[in-house]
Amino acid sequence: MDRSTRISIRGGRLIDPANGVDGELDLHIEAGQVVGVGSAPVGFQADRILDARRLVVCPGLIDLCARLREPGAEHKATIRSETAAAAAAGITTLCCPPDTQPIIDTAAVAQLIQQTAQHWGKARVLPTGALTRGLMGEEISEMAALKRAGCVAMSNADHYIRNTLVQRRALEYAATFDLTTFLRPEDSYLRDQGCVHEGRVAARLGLPAIPVAAETVALARDLALAEQTGARLHFRGLSAARSCRMLAQAQQERLAVSADVSAHQLHLTEMDVEGFDSNCHLSPPLRTPTDRAALREAVAGGQIIAICSDHQPHEPDAKERPFPATESGISALETLLPLTLRLVQEGTLDLATALARLTVGPAAVLGLPFGRLDVGRVADVCVFDPLITWELSPETLVSHGRNSPFLGWEFQGRAAYTLLGGQLVYARPDLAP
Amino acid sequence: MLPTNIQTDRQGRLRHFLTIDGLSRGLLTEILDIAAGFAGVAAQAVKKVPLCRGKIVTNLFFETSTRTRTTFELAAKRLSADVLNLNISTSSTVKGETLLDTLRNLEAMHVDMFVVRHSDSGAAHFIAQHAAPHISVINAGDGRHAHPTQAMLDMYTIRHHKGDFGRLRVAIVGDVLHSRVARSQIAALNTLGTAEVRVIGPRTLIPSDARELGVHVFHDLTEGIRDVDVIIMLRLQRERMRGAMLPSEQEYFQLFGLTEERLGAAKPDAIVMHPGPINRGVEMDSQVADGPRSVILQQVSFGIAVRMAVIAMTLGAQSGHPGGGLDG
Repeated sequence: MDRSTRISIRGGRLIDPANGVDGELDLHIEAGQVVGVGSAPVGFQADRILDARRLVVCPGLIDLCARLREPGAEHKATIRSETAAAAAAGITTLCCPPDTQPIIDTAAVAQLIQQTAQHWGKARVLPTGALTRGLMGEEISEMAALKRAGCVAMSNADHYIRNTLVQRRALEYAATFDLTTFLRPEDSYLRDQGCVHEGRVAARLGLPAIPVAAETVALARDLALAEQTGARLHFRGLSAARSCRMLAQAQQERLAVSADVSAHQLHLTEMDVEGFDSNCHLSPPLRTPTDRAALREAVAGGQIIAICSDHQPHEPDAKERPFPATESGISALETLLPLTLRLVQEGTLDLATALARLTVGPAAVLGLPFGRLDVGRVADVCVFDPLITWELSPETLVSHGRNSPFLGWEFQGRAAYTLLGGQLVYARPDLAP
Repeated sequence: MLPTNIQTDRQGRLRHFLTIDGLSRGLLTEILDIAAGFAGVAAQAVKKVPLCRGKIVTNLFFETSTRTRTTFELAAKRLSADVLNLNISTSSTVKGETLLDTLRNLEAMHVDMFVVRHSDSGAAHFIAQHAAPHISVINAGDGRHAHPTQAMLDMYTIRHHKGDFGRLRVAIVGDVLHSRVARSQIAALNTLGTAEVRVIGPRTLIPSDARELGVHVFHDLTEGIRDVDVIIMLRLQRERMRGAMLPSEQEYFQLFGLTEERLGAAKPDAIVMHPGPINRGVEMDSQVADGPRSVILQQVSFGIAVRMAVIAMTLGAQSGHPGGGLDG
């Protein structure tokens, strides 16, 4: 199927939160773009019709944080394997953090990642460039060159910049090129060797703990720097109720700050660490039900504008160790949509808001024209079945990473078709072509 | 998965001994009763019973500890089991061989039990979850998590001297934050119905959610040990001085060191315990350690009987015999 293929997606419920669209509307695609919403342009003849009756049609999902493990950790996963997993999950755009090996602090690495993704053609991969050289937090990186090479934002991944002056300079320099900086607020001294939330479960299991203050201290510092510099900041993966309040206040004061949350933080809590389940070894750690409730509220209220997967696929060995010695993170691409839909099923969000947090929300953080489906837009489309129930198992996972605490969970809702730039990159096997 | 339900089989018998958490009062009492039966063995001319003849007990120590390992070895030998001692310093582990590889290799030698000590919390659970089904696992200390046999020998010592837990006030003094011993003691004391459990120490060494463990928190030693029946001193690891947890050993001793004079605040017949080895002049005065209230050496000898009980029960549960029988 070449780029000029004309596709009509017929009979679905089109939800395009950015344009306030929610109704039974056909979508017509030609040359990789949306050419008609509802009615087709005069003379449009579809080469292919996708039957979307009883399905929801929405913009392709955008994930602000997914580790694809290439280059450097191909024993965990590859760009090929993980972009295929993304396509199977309705995700069309992925941002990858710069902590690959080599690190994305040179144009060459950024280009290599994009070229590899283009070669396999399953998802759009947008690199975030290293904020400091080697992520060492000492010298700022060549951000202008990284931007030219396709980096859409700057980030120091999970490496905290201890020197506040370096942090200030880095934010100012990024802002010079109109680059948003992604920050994972976590004071590394307060984190220390911690691996779970400092709370009742850590007290009982004797696991080294990370206090809420590790996040709020860093957040307070970076909010102060946002005010000082006027730089645009995006906070990745908030975990605590107090962080939500600090964020809301900063936004009321008109600071240019946004934030996201990882989907698992909206469902799991510290209690899930019971039994030393290494699939619940996460960074930031799972916190309390109160924190979870505040995060959900911030997602509903729009203070948190995006829900991410924070995808971190691992080989089995990385998790088959005593809890503190395991590597943190979840293979999460394929639960991003199901976990977000679960919030709708539980009454936390309405469907349009839920989908906004996966489409136009993250697109706004990136300042890119994706995540909407009006005429003339790139035809990145996610078509999902909102009613189908299924169980997550190692066999259903397309990702090389099988590390998920949600194995055995029953979900309602699953991707059926995924289109990337007007090309069908995924069709659920049981759906007749 | 709950951490506790892998410890018992369908009949409620002990299969592994990983943590006190989740075990019933009845089961803890059974361990103490069986240990009481074994306490006499040491006094016999032939210090052995043939309960576990033909079984192989492997001491799998990833952290060095001569004392704990020796008491487990002695306990296993008194039950007529064969003992394999493996000290696996993690630094010298050949890179590439994982903990699971090590386990598989040992399983191939047809061992029946792993007695595990490891620096990571949860290591014993991990091994119990991954070991072949016929192998029992006893936790001999994992990270800051649990040291259940130490806690049970302490319970044995307390019951020996004080009887019913329901009327007792017990104070645990020192570095509770990093102490697996304290966590297991607190769980055991509460399960056995102790009237009041207190922890005493500076805020840097008490978990911020300590109350969740079911204890009263004190930051003053004299106030904390007032009218208690039992004082358990914890060992202070010297490396805590480096982590800005404490300013100096001198100040620690001044504030939390147990002296004859301070002991006056406790009940006149209060006993003093310590899991050893003692830092004399840091946790307590020699006068107290060697004094009439100290039961520290008794703890060590009771330790063998308690470990015999736990080994016999877990191995017995495996072969279908309840662990209680001493007639084998």
